[in-house]
Amino acid sequence: MFKLLRFMRGYVKECILGPLFKLLEASFELIVPLVVASIIDRGIADGDRSYVVRMTLVLIGLGLVGLASSLTAQYFAAKAATGFSAKVKSKLFGHIQSLSYTEMDTLGTSTMITRLTSDINQVQSGINLCLRLFLRSPFIVFGAMIMAFTIDVKSALVFAVAIPVLSLIVFGIMLVSIPLYKKVQKSLDRVLSLVRENLYGVRVIRAFCREKSETECFSKANDELTSVQLFVGRISALMNPLTYVVINLAVILLLQTGAKQVDSGVITQGNVVALYNYMSQILVELIKLANLIITLTKAYACGDRIQSVFELESSMSYPEKLTVERENNDAVTFEHVSLTYKDAGAPSLTDISFSVKPGQTVGVIGGTGSGKTSLVNLIPRFYDATEGRVLIDGIPAKDYPKDELRGKIGVVPQKALLFGGTIADNLRFGNENAGLDELEAAAATAQAADVIASKEKGFDEPVAQGGKNFSGGQKQRLTIARALVKKPEILILDDSASALDYATDAALRKSIREMEGSPTVFIVSQRASSVRYADLILVLDDGALVGAGTHDELLGSCPVYEEIYYSQFESDSRKDGVRA
Amino acid sequence: MSKKKEPGYDRKRTLRLILAHIGSYKWGLAVSILLAAVSVALTLYIPLLVGDAIDCIIGAGNVDFAAIAKILVKIAVSTGLIAAAQWLMNALNNRITYRIVRDIRNEAFEKIERLPLAYLDAHPSGEIVSRVIADTDTFADGLLMGFTQLFSGAATILGTIGFMLSIHPGITLVVLLVTPLSLFAAAFIAKHTYDMFRLQTETRGEQTSLIDEMIGGQKVVQAFGYEERSQKKFDEINERLRKASLRAIFFSSITNPSTRFVNSVVYAGVALTGALAAISGGLSVGGLSCFLSYANQYTKPFNEISGVITELQNALACAARVFDLIEEPAQIPDSHDARVLEKAEGRVELEHVCFSYTPEKKLIEDFNLKVEPGQRVAIVGPTGCGKTTLINLLMRFYDVNSGSIKVDGGDIRETTRASLRQNFGMVLQDTWLRSGTIRDNIVTGKPDATDEEIVAAAKASHAHSFIRRLPDGYNTVIGEDGGGLSQGQKQLLCITRVMLCLPPMLILDEATSSIDTRTELRIQKAFAEMMRGRTSFIVAHRLSTIREADMIIVMKDGHIIETGKHEELLAKGGFYASLYRSQFAH
Repeated sequence: MFKLLRFMRGYVKECILGPLFKLLEASFELIVPLVVASIIDRGIADGDRSYVVRMTLVLIGLGLVGLASSLTAQYFAAKAATGFSAKVKSKLFGHIQSLSYTEMDTLGTSTMITRLTSDINQVQSGINLCLRLFLRSPFIVFGAMIMAFTIDVKSALVFAVAIPVLSLIVFGIMLVSIPLYKKVQKSLDRVLSLVRENLYGVRVIRAFCREKSETECFSKANDELTSVQLFVGRISALMNPLTYVVINLAVILLLQTGAKQVDSGVITQGNVVALYNYMSQILVELIKLANLIITLTKAYACGDRIQSVFELESSMSYPEKLTVERENNDAVTFEHVSLTYKDAGAPSLTDISFSVKPGQTVGVIGGTGSGKTSLVNLIPRFYDATEGRVLIDGIPAKDYPKDELRGKIGVVPQKALLFGGTIADNLRFGNENAGLDELEAAAATAQAADVIASKEKGFDEPVAQGGKNFSGGQKQRLTIARALVKKPEILILDDSASALDYATDAALRKSIREMEGSPTVFIVSQRASSVRYADLILVLDDGALVGAGTHDELLGSCPVYEEIYYSQFESDSRKDGVRA
Repeated sequence: MSKKKEPGYDRKRTLRLILAHIGSYKWGLAVSILLAAVSVALTLYIPLLVGDAIDCIIGAGNVDFAAIAKILVKIAVSTGLIAAAQWLMNALNNRITYRIVRDIRNEAFEKIERLPLAYLDAHPSGEIVSRVIADTDTFADGLLMGFTQLFSGAATILGTIGFMLSIHPGITLVVLLVTPLSLFAAAFIAKHTYDMFRLQTETRGEQTSLIDEMIGGQKVVQAFGYEERSQKKFDEINERLRKASLRAIFFSSITNPSTRFVNSVVYAGVALTGALAAISGGLSVGGLSCFLSYANQYTKPFNEISGVITELQNALACAARVFDLIEEPAQIPDSHDARVLEKAEGRVELEHVCFSYTPEKKLIEDFNLKVEPGQRVAIVGPTGCGKTTLINLLMRFYDVNSGSIKVDGGDIRETTRASLRQNFGMVLQDTWLRSGTIRDNIVTGKPDATDEEIVAAAKASHAHSFIRRLPDGYNTVIGEDGGGLSQGQKQLLCITRVMLCLPPMLILDEATSSIDTRTELRIQKAFAEMMRGRTSFIVAHRLSTIREADMIIVMKDGHIIETGKHEELLAKGGFYASLYRSQFAH
């Protein structure tokens, strides 16, 4: 958390002035009981009306100066807190964007979003409150005690006893209840997840007639939540009565010692009133302080979480410049490549070797979890191979600067994701300066021209976040067009035609083959028909390359391919082909 | 949600419903109010006692110790009583609030279980979740604050005025005249900061949605080298947010110092008039000290109450949203004489069925279908053609608009939902699993299944081998929505779930879409076994899986356009034929 304070640089002035003005305000507040005491001892005792009026004006004056310094303090505090959080946010956003796929997988998107939003907000309000109150409250508490000592040492001893006892109660209750609040949160999470589950799984739950038992289950979790809430409530409900008892006991002691001191002529009646007033001020501030500390502990925890993201370094580094010579004339070469994801028990790819000539079409086929996506993800270096080498244009992927490598490759991911904006904005995602004719050409190749034509505003049709206003098939075609606008040398289609019907899928493959610049194309698919006419078909099974060749070569030699093929196509030999 | 009603209507209804929920705790509430009154009265009594004590301390050699001792005892006793009353009151308020909220949550949940699917499909789950969780929470906070602060606040104000009047009416007047100033100040600031807060909230929403989009789609962002542009966008919004937040935070933080200032004016006013009165003998010094502490106490509840009122308004709005959900009409309950379908033979007839989700968009019109026991019906068509509509109707998730669906000769609307659904085994496209153990998930439809039955079902669906390899086997805990399992594994579990019950009719919706074709072949063998003698409806993308169906229903854009056997449809040369042929097109 404290490491985050480096972002406070630039707001040092505000951080010092804010609390300073707050202290000023507090000092003025501490003078008030003294003024009242002198009104009693001099004004009333001597019957001096003009003195009373003057002192009243002093009271109002103190209030005004207090108001002014408090406003100044609030402004500085707000400025420092918002400035700080804006800076942290911008840096954190940049940092998260620089993380590689491996870190994103381990951290998870939703965590990163919470860190960037609610966590930073918590820290912001923590800092704001801290600048405003952290000095003020202790200052008033101890200030009141010191002022009491200046009035009368013997009576002030009551303060010296009362303050530690009060602090013990306030902080003790906090210490006990904070972990309990976490428990409340946990029970609430459980209730929340039950509601969510029942909404998302409503069809299954009704199909299995589980409504009653679900309701019972919920009501049990709900009862648990209520009982934890009640338990915490009972403890924190102790705070007010207990502090109240202590303060009033202190007042009783104060009156008793005060009476003796006045009786022996050490202090005046007005002094007793002043001491009484100081005691009341302490109570108010202690409770404020307790609230502040709750906010601060939350902010501290959030700050730690933010810092932990900053400490996460990208596991990949890129050279500044390309310094290596080309080793061969292939577009893509895999040399004994293995890949084991971080924290995974088993490798996802083992000992894969193949090479692809420029302009070739490569089909990648295999069952679920056989490593198809893992394989193509190595080409743009989304992950680093744990063993072996991946070469692009004859140069190891690791030796490319990031932009140069990614610039060569157009990826159409499995999940068709569009961004908020217009269709044109989305198509220009990888090439800001593409002209309208380029967009049109890409859309035509991707079979997306009719999608665009069907929209009222054509390329300017707005796209909702995530592309929610487009159907699955439309989104897939637009994401393909988006990759084509980049004019990539290597195009990777990762099962990106799954929502297209067979006819469109076929037309798409045809037009990509006829594209100018003839890119090297990788087609990942579960459909045998999609890869059937590829120049090279890579057959994956459980992370191993079990076949590589053309359709005809594989049919005779690769049992896995045969099995896939015959499971999808009618054939006389089907029954023989299946060995289940 | 509901149509526009008179503005006052909703509030009245909400209040009525809240009161109805408080009803069962009304004695507790009465005690709580009584305790509040006691505690406030005594709290106000103490400054009076302190004032009396101070009046006994006049000067050197002029102190009435005996009187002071008596007063101090009174203070001690009152303090004890106050503390007890406060604690009891707080505990009671907690109890009432959390119980009320628990009741409301339970009602909301029960309602969710009985709401028609039409409602649940039309409302985003997140929104309903936030009603049951966040809205009730805000409501609880507001209610608790209302209970604890509204009563005691109001009592304190009234009590203080009473006590002050009893000591010195003139000074009381001064206090009464000046205090509204602080209310005005607070209201004025609140009104003017509202717009700033709205701007802050809006900008924050804008930023969150950008974050959500860019971080959520980061893999794409990186693949296309979009990082710099997104950072630029982010920084632009960030700067706007910083400015908006600064204004909102600063201007809202003016409230406290301002009301504090007004309070100090009141305080000065009391000091002035009190001191002047004391000089002319109308007030003792103890009385003045008492007045000063009243002046402090008296202004505080005003600030608190204005805070409570905002909070309460918010709470009311939230409560209204929860009650909207609770008052939503539930699905029509089964009638008393509804047929209980025992083990169905599996004859399904659709007669003149018309159905549409919205009246404007007609979907199924006058559809007829007769399925004999044991027959296999395949439903095919492009994605989004409405294949799930048929399932919705068969399972009675939705009711037909006109016509009828009969199972074993009886209309399903005259059959209990539970018995109808128990006769169908359903595997859906989106594989829904709950958090819990693998075993919990498998036994969803048969909670009393034995271990042997579970393992047998898992073996039949080819899930056994992967389950066995999990760290704790069948007792492995999986997260919400099957977190940690692959899509294919999740689907295998969903199939196992049905395998365990083996109902007489089956509905398989894209059941194998995420399983590779080889595993699928194995499962199909199991399916084939399962389907023998069972009426089954299969929705599938892969034409090869449905070739052997006894009947094929071809759907497009929500309409049923062709029905017949594979060969018949091929010969017909219609949509099915072209769909089928496109598999071989290149």
